[in-house]
Amino acid sequence: MTLDDVLTSLFPSGHQVERGPSGTLHGTAKVGGHSKVTVVGIVGGTPLGVDAAILLAGHVLAAVEAGDRAPIVFVVDTSSQNMARRDELLGLNEYLAHLYKSLALAAAQGHPTVSVLFGHAAAGAFIATALASQSLVALPGAAPSVMDLPSISRVTKLPLEQLERLAKSTPIFAPGVKPLFAIGAVTQTWEGDQPFAARLKDLLRQAPAASDPRDRIGLERKGRLLAQKIAERVAAEAVAHA
Amino acid sequence: MSNRLQTYEASWYEASARDRVAGLLDADSFVEFLGPEQRAMSPHLAQFDLTGAFDDGIVVGRGRLDSQEVFVAAQEGRFLGGAFGEVHGAKLVGLLRAARDSAGPAGPRAVLLLLDTGGVRLQEANAGELAISEIIHAIVEVRSAGIPVLALVGGRAGAFGGGGIITACCSRIVASEHARVSVSGPEVIETNKGVEEFDSKDRALVWRVCGARTRYLTGGVDRYVKGSIPDFRKTAIALIAHAPPFELATLKAEQRRLSERLQRFGDCRDAPEIWRKAGLPESEHIAEITDDAFLAIQRIKGADHDAR
Repeated sequence: MTLDDVLTSLFPSGHQVERGPSGTLHGTAKVGGHSKVTVVGIVGGTPLGVDAAILLAGHVLAAVEAGDRAPIVFVVDTSSQNMARRDELLGLNEYLAHLYKSLALAAAQGHPTVSVLFGHAAAGAFIATALASQSLVALPGAAPSVMDLPSISRVTKLPLEQLERLAKSTPIFAPGVKPLFAIGAVTQTWEGDQPFAARLKDLLRQAPAASDPRDRIGLERKGRLLAQKIAERVAAEAVAHA
Repeated sequence: MSNRLQTYEASWYEASARDRVAGLLDADSFVEFLGPEQRAMSPHLAQFDLTGAFDDGIVVGRGRLDSQEVFVAAQEGRFLGGAFGEVHGAKLVGLLRAARDSAGPAGPRAVLLLLDTGGVRLQEANAGELAISEIIHAIVEVRSAGIPVLALVGGRAGAFGGGGIITACCSRIVASEHARVSVSGPEVIETNKGVEEFDSKDRALVWRVCGARTRYLTGGVDRYVKGSIPDFRKTAIALIAHAPPFELATLKAEQRRLSERLQRFGDCRDAPEIWRKAGLPESEHIAEITDDAFLAIQRIKGADHDAR
């Protein structure tokens, strides 16, 4: 899907979303039942660097400051984090963390947050965009990854063919929507009949989970069998040794 | 106390995760959760012909710091580079959720994260990546409950990838000279963008770009310590009572702080360019001077802040 397709499908009754510098998007749109949603985004396959991260965090914090608890929809077609000496020198880790914290603050203050992925998102950019909202929706064309298989092959020194074979039996390392859905990272996958506006409306109407539900979901989908149990065992011992 | 432990106490960098915890906390106060005797190991490593560890490379538990109750997690940088896998990450998530749920007079006064990590463990990349997001989510909840989260970085693996992002989500960051804090590792940038973008074999350059001195002077870490375990301990004790709250005002201040850094230094590609612009003395030699001389330098305006 192109960006225009995505915006039309999510907001068929119209939107005021404009492109900004560094691949960013910002604006507002209407979704049934909500008078207004804030739309932010990084698109065009742009790697997420310090410039885009600070702009996006600024938009999110402005929405929080407005105090209207309007939902925030984060439209994502990025790449990995911007791999540049200059960005690292400036402290890219702080900029990505700041963006994540801003979205977390928005959610904590009652703004439902949804990331809508329709292209790439990888590595640190995946964490600070797609994984930083309460829900992550994968649209046709979504291609999330932590690292691509050739790079994993280089680092682990395992042949690519062996990794491709392994990827068929476990969702634990391979790129793509399917494995990331199985482990609980992707909340919903939307395909088929459009517009997606009604599905977005439904998603925004659901009460947010009291606690991060992704390890529970990963267990239910049989993609991440241990995470929730391990976290619970640690927490139980913390209580026992109080 | 054994001679072995005394030797390790001298250097955070040389110590194991367990020795760091033992030396950081009040003597004999540490109680480990889900310890190695329970064999909570990664089930994913065998298919990559890798041997697991009984603690999956992270130690979590509670103890006392200067008689105050704290929760603590320590990554073992010598096991798979301290990388986050499913079990490793879930142990930290569980610890943070327990801290959140026990917030109050009887709960911990702080959570200490002894980070030593290259980021996501690629053999379980998806689980590690999602664990990092869950950890950040939980750190925000712990901070929102009024409990400071301190990052202590000074190990061999530094804090890279998602580990660098986690670091900057904490209330306070303490680092020693050896610490590197970044997202993309120099090798990754060199592989993807070429040696002219980042020569990862140029160690001095790597430390100027990612190292604790650069982070400290620009405000990317809050306290620079000389690197012994008692130095980290003393500084952690002092910081617990002075951690910024997690709220809109803090993040607005961080927005201003990071915007200003970008405006002032956005065209710099090496640390001495920043030092010259900021008018710091000895801008060509900051990487080489002693810790004492370094600590005597006035940081860049705004580097000492509550905006995190």
